[in-house]
Amino acid sequence: MAHVTNALVITAPGINCDLELCHAFEAAGAKVDTAHLQRLIREPAIINRYRLIGLPGGFSYGDDIAAGRVMAQLIRQSLYPALAAAIERGVPMITPCNGFQIAVQSGLLPGPDAGAGWPEEPAAPSVALTQNSAARFNDIWTRFEIPANSRCVWTRGLRCQPGTDVIPCAHGEGRFVADEDTIALLEANGQIAIRYAGGDNFNGSMGAIAGICDASGLVFGLMPHPERYTRWTQHPTWTRLDPAVRNGDTPGLRMFKAAVAHTMGVSVR
Amino acid sequence: MPDTATPSRSALKVHRIEVRPRRGQADPRGASVLRQIETLGLERRPKRVDYAAVYLLEGDLTSDEVHRIADELLADCVTQAAEIHPTDAAAKARVSPGVAVIEVHPLPGVTDPAAESVQLAIEAMLGKCVSVLTGDRYDLHGVEPKIARAIAERLLANTVIHDIHDAPYLPASFPHGRPYTLTIREVAICGLSDAELERMSRDAHLFLSLDEMKAIQAEYKRLGREPREIELETLAQTWSEHCVHKTLKSTIRYRELSGAPGSGGWSLAKSASGRPHHEPQSDGTVVIRNLLKATVAAATHELMADGIDWCLSVFVDNAGVIAFDGDWAVCFKCETHNHPSAIEPYGGSATGIGGCIRDIMGTGLSAKPIAATDVFCVAYPEIEELPAGCLHPRRVLSQVVAGVRDYGNRMGIPTLNGTVWFDNNYVGNPLVYCGCIGLLPKHLVRGEVKRGDRIIAIGGRTGRDGIHGATFSSAELTDTHADEFSHAVQIGNAITEKKALDCIIAARDHAGGPLFSAITDCGAGGFSSAVGEMGKDCGAEVHLERAPLKYNGLSPVEVWISEAQERMVLAVPADKVELLGRICADHCVEWCDLGTFGTPTDELVLIWHGTEVGRMDTHFLHDGNPMPTREAVWDPTFTAGQRFQPPKPQFAAGGRFGLSERSADIAKALEALLEHPNIASKAWIVRQYDHEVQGMSVVKPLVGPHAGPGDAAVIQPVPTSQKGLAIGNGLATGLSADPYLMVLAAIDECVRNLVCVGTDPTRIAILDNFCWPSCKDPRNLGSLVRAAEACYDGAKAYRTPFISGKDSLNNQFVTDGGVTIQIPPTLLVSGFGIVQEIERAMTMDAKRAGNLLVLVGSTHGRMGGSQFQIITGQAGGELPVTDLTVGPRTAKAVSEAIRSGVAVSAHDLSEGGLLVAAAEMAFAGGLGLDLDPTKAADGDVELHAKCFSEEPSRYLLEVAPTDRERIAKVLMGLPYAIVGTFTERPSLAIRLGNDVTEIPIDRLRERWSGSNW
Repeated sequence: MAHVTNALVITAPGINCDLELCHAFEAAGAKVDTAHLQRLIREPAIINRYRLIGLPGGFSYGDDIAAGRVMAQLIRQSLYPALAAAIERGVPMITPCNGFQIAVQSGLLPGPDAGAGWPEEPAAPSVALTQNSAARFNDIWTRFEIPANSRCVWTRGLRCQPGTDVIPCAHGEGRFVADEDTIALLEANGQIAIRYAGGDNFNGSMGAIAGICDASGLVFGLMPHPERYTRWTQHPTWTRLDPAVRNGDTPGLRMFKAAVAHTMGVSVR
Repeated sequence: MPDTATPSRSALKVHRIEVRPRRGQADPRGASVLRQIETLGLERRPKRVDYAAVYLLEGDLTSDEVHRIADELLADCVTQAAEIHPTDAAAKARVSPGVAVIEVHPLPGVTDPAAESVQLAIEAMLGKCVSVLTGDRYDLHGVEPKIARAIAERLLANTVIHDIHDAPYLPASFPHGRPYTLTIREVAICGLSDAELERMSRDAHLFLSLDEMKAIQAEYKRLGREPREIELETLAQTWSEHCVHKTLKSTIRYRELSGAPGSGGWSLAKSASGRPHHEPQSDGTVVIRNLLKATVAAATHELMADGIDWCLSVFVDNAGVIAFDGDWAVCFKCETHNHPSAIEPYGGSATGIGGCIRDIMGTGLSAKPIAATDVFCVAYPEIEELPAGCLHPRRVLSQVVAGVRDYGNRMGIPTLNGTVWFDNNYVGNPLVYCGCIGLLPKHLVRGEVKRGDRIIAIGGRTGRDGIHGATFSSAELTDTHADEFSHAVQIGNAITEKKALDCIIAARDHAGGPLFSAITDCGAGGFSSAVGEMGKDCGAEVHLERAPLKYNGLSPVEVWISEAQERMVLAVPADKVELLGRICADHCVEWCDLGTFGTPTDELVLIWHGTEVGRMDTHFLHDGNPMPTREAVWDPTFTAGQRFQPPKPQFAAGGRFGLSERSADIAKALEALLEHPNIASKAWIVRQYDHEVQGMSVVKPLVGPHAGPGDAAVIQPVPTSQKGLAIGNGLATGLSADPYLMVLAAIDECVRNLVCVGTDPTRIAILDNFCWPSCKDPRNLGSLVRAAEACYDGAKAYRTPFISGKDSLNNQFVTDGGVTIQIPPTLLVSGFGIVQEIERAMTMDAKRAGNLLVLVGSTHGRMGGSQFQIITGQAGGELPVTDLTVGPRTAKAVSEAIRSGVAVSAHDLSEGGLLVAAAEMAFAGGLGLDLDPTKAADGDVELHAKCFSEEPSRYLLEVAPTDRERIAKVLMGLPYAIVGTFTERPSLAIRLGNDVTEIPIDRLRERWSGSNW
């Protein structure tokens, strides 16, 4: 397949889901490059060359203080303007798991109000991803649903069956916490992008929120790992799936394809 | 080059910051500690536990800066609040009445990964270098300080690596190392008597035998000088059991006590002729020259001479390597880290997996780790008698799991196969096996050091950690080992290793070809072992002062033998060093140039700031250790060192109050077996591991809609290839009464597990990991010989070459009363194999009601060592015998049933036998099962055996009723029986003629998944 668009995957010490994120972008038809955070800090202009951005999962800088804390600090101090400019340029950005934890602490999510433009300085965090209620890392597939009013570019057109469709999760600090007003606002704005469904809210997130997007719908942060679900053989019970189901793309791959399709009009420098 | 200088300390002050959940926010960590306290069985328990993270910062910081660090870096503004304590008094004032405070801090010198991250973040934030120490504060409500202290010691801290404070801790300054002044110490050994040599070996923790000490004495007498300390240490490391496997490589004279052959009747004396390197003697003994070469390795070499062409590197590198496809190779290594894990389970298992991962990084010209495995052997959590000096098995197991979790997950390596085995004789000496699998390009399977290559060390800094780890593993544990060997215990930092990995793979895949000509890891023995081994043929000149240090004050001896984690040594052509340095910088990885491989005299020369501190002949170092003949005796009655019996039986077999042959009693036994720790779900472990990272998983550890126990894992290592790699293991410790039968059963189990997920049985390679009680006792060595002989017979019969292995031969514990507790002889067989098409991979969950359950294999009624014996309190009995003709044939037939699609699910019969395996298939698939166990064998086999025998080479297959003829054809010539039918009705019906008992499937699943840690 001819590559029609390109994606940048950002790595850093302790990031460890970069390869599967690259494969997911490639499977969706994008050409992918990876760049180390240190290099991007030296040359932020690299970001201008790309139509898609991925901030992968892992344990950036060991997640030692809290998940994503140190990496978020580094982004706040150096890379935030370049990333905000990319989003203003219309670049879809996906931040699964550790990426999500980093995004909410570095001012990238939930982002400014619709139409307000990105502030020059990163905003203080207004939502948090904190220790699972059982205080333990958990690798598990959960049922999920996409709220009807979601603005998220990545899940556009993704019809899912909340009773049966599942998505992989693997984290110790994924409990979504925010004050009630913030959550109400996110809901009203269509910024809740994905929820755990069917009682599978294993980490105790408020509102069963598994992921959110910014007001433009471009930046998609979520605890689950759609990049680990681009082939049917990754499904936990794939040997039992109806062949008709397996003829289509997995929900994970559909997310990446939706974002790739969205980039047709995005300009690069 | 890194800068290790410390700033002037006059302006420095220590600041204390506490971070805790905001009012109204949950405190999952505090709640989790409270739950764990409840398992301790204390009389008084706290009503509540509050957790706070503590950060101590030593540096020249303004008050504003401290506030910025607290609010922007350390605390999350949504969920947490930070509190700053400028003085000790201010800190201590913040303790509420009725609360006992416990604060836990790492001891000076212990790796503190969180502190390193905070330092880095503060430097990025403020441009200032600050020293950081971290700690954990627990406020225990409603208990006395004495009880709080007891809780701290049993649950929250390990005094081997932690300081426990009973009040908030704020020191005036941090401990800092002092600069080191060189003194070269010579050790006078030339004039010592035998007794004095032995004493020196023990007191200086060299753990060399008298013969070895005498060989060293003779060498230095020949040289006409005394050895310097660094030379003696190098010899001790290089000659340690850990590094050279001297027991397995030595000459052994083996004899069997009269009437001995053991329950399977196998006798080496009668089978020795024709075995390589075995010399049967006229007196009935057998002399074996190099046991390893004569058995484990011999089988591999014979198989390679007989057509197996896919073994690419066996026994010579850090891991064994086989071909994966046309372009790629895969390698596998499994290690144990038993003694460190006995003392500090968290650090012990984490550095165990960390070291095994480095072995993979150090295989060929570096492999990328793609999967990890772990197997733990521990005492039962309900052990009644805990000898002094032993950690509680519950703590050991939960902490070794946490260690593997935190290291493996951070490295981004899926831990996807393993098991846990419980036996109270592991109480003082638990076993922690860690395995790792790597992927590397086929043309990079071999590296070779070239004369003139630079010695480049990459990764972590060197500290005092782990000094004497290699020799410590040769010692036996005693009740005081925790004090004596605390320096051999370490905490790892996975991110340091992950950075080194990313950097090394980038250097390997450099567009112009690999930037290094050889690579190995710094494991046991540190630089002394890594550089010594790489420079074995050409020597090396090493400038020890160039190694970056964690703190000041290390002597050259300490630098040379430190086992500090996360370090790799590379041989780099001089013209590629600069490029490698740039790649290191890009990945924020420290490196140093320690010197040159190759010296004019091929000697190993050690230098400290221009002064020669050691000079050694590499031939004496690597080939000079004497190999005495060791005596081995096979005495089947010898189990004296295993003083613990299995836990109290739940039932008696037969008799008025025991288990009858009624279906209701069979059902009772089944439920008891499902919840037995050896059989019950390990989901609580599996789910703490990120077993899907890297996105390769095809068959996960838990399978089916209701997450049953998969037999093995399958991954797709190369996304563009439809080939899969299956990973499994076999462990048959229950049969340790005859290690020959035990090992055959373990090999058969490993093959069964792999075949059941769709592995091609002609493409399986295996690994041996021996863990034995002290082999200085000829009776233990005798049992070791039998195990090794079984490796030879088993590997040849199944055509499964061993490609790598490891041994740990001092696994016993001496109590304060002088009683020795020996572990049961334990051999783990790890295996991996090729799944030709991942779409053909198979799972064990039952797929469809109406399908038939087919039992493949013979049941003879040999119940020795079974779980059924444990729950019914029986002992002895005939051990199951693996038929080396039928076993491989059965594996092949089952594989064909899977490949051809006749079987739609497959499961291995292991612990608990037919009923347990059948129940697992049913509840994993959410179906019921109508089962007639009487059909499992002929009438003369007793019913209990039909239901619960664990005899090898047996499988369960699910087959559509329309495929009866096809399965008959596939299994032609092999014993098999249709024993049941899967049903929509959600219960297991145990049918014994008219006597039928039904158990709801949900209840069986609950029994199985009951245990909660």
